[in-house]
Amino acid sequence: MKPENFSERKVEIDGWEVNLTTYQLGGKWHTKADNVSPGAALARIVADSREAAESRALARAKELLSRTKRHPV
Amino acid sequence: MSASYAHPEVLVNTEWVASHGKDANLRVVEVDVDTKAYDEGHVPGAIAWAWNTQLSDPVVRDILPKPDFEQLMTQSGIGKDTTVVLYGDNNNWFAAWAFWQMKIYGHQDVRIMDGGRKKWLAEGRDMETAATKPTSGAAPYKASEPDLSLRAFLPQVQKAQKSGSAVMIDVRSPQEFTGEILAPPGLPETCQRGGHIPGARSVPWGKACNDDGTFKSSDELQKLYGAEGVSQSKQVIAYCRIGERSSHTWFVLKYLLGLNDVVNYDGSWTEWGNLVGAPVEKGAAKAVGQA
Repeated sequence: MKPENFSERKVEIDGWEVNLTTYQLGGKWHTKADNVSPGAALARIVADSREAAESRALARAKELLSRTKRHPV
Repeated sequence: MSASYAHPEVLVNTEWVASHGKDANLRVVEVDVDTKAYDEGHVPGAIAWAWNTQLSDPVVRDILPKPDFEQLMTQSGIGKDTTVVLYGDNNNWFAAWAFWQMKIYGHQDVRIMDGGRKKWLAEGRDMETAATKPTSGAAPYKASEPDLSLRAFLPQVQKAQKSGSAVMIDVRSPQEFTGEILAPPGLPETCQRGGHIPGARSVPWGKACNDDGTFKSSDELQKLYGAEGVSQSKQVIAYCRIGERSSHTWFVLKYLLGLNDVVNYDGSWTEWGNLVGAPVEKGAAKAVGQA
């Protein structure tokens, strides 16, 4: 089987840039949310629709990013 | 005319893997922090290695001990003369770690699929979801003694920092470099102090890649690293937080640009940033040549 409808887009969550990568494979939608720099995966979600996969990935990313502290330099 | 890579034989493109992925005596391996991405779907015939359980010593903080490395190779159906093609998510981040470790243990023919998993997906190439079960090699794998000239340990880095005998390349994000954050956004903090090794240059690892995940051209890479003082005349020490991002930069400098003396300091910031008494610099990097 072949992946279809591959897309990438960047969104901002609480001041952090997040990269959303989504594709369809075998009738399921796969979304990965990563933190852009360095690009570590914050969430990998499989769902029945693009909307469901992306919204759940964003929710998980938001939860993790809320724990990141900015320190004075 | 643009220059070619110093060692173009270590790269294959997705088209080549699509044509040769199931050749005899060739093993394709997807490498990532875990196997979640592989389980979603992978290059047909590929096996999976997980960084967190298979490519590091599970007890001592270290690379795989030689017997464990040999066991992994044997179980993966890899012999000394097998061509190994590594790829992974996020511009081959963890694939580079596996490449570095395979070179430490002397595997001759190991390559990276340029663009990695992302490019394969974007091109809509065939994938399969069933895990590939490798047939073990006829003979147990015998690794070479570790080539530690590819790796930097703390005393060497401390000495280089004091003497200025090496160019230190910090490949973490700019915010980790300045000390604003103590780990990549969304990940647990793993150090007591933020900042960077005094004198280090900031070249985030991802700058070596194009948007499609492939490596930038030799000319672009030369310009990128040359602007930070990287040359054949001085040793280069690459580091990040835990040594995997810096293995990617190590690969770029050693195999694409052909630097003779480049080492990966895999102790990286989780070692230096937790060390009692270690000097730390905060804020942006000074201009090249400025003390």
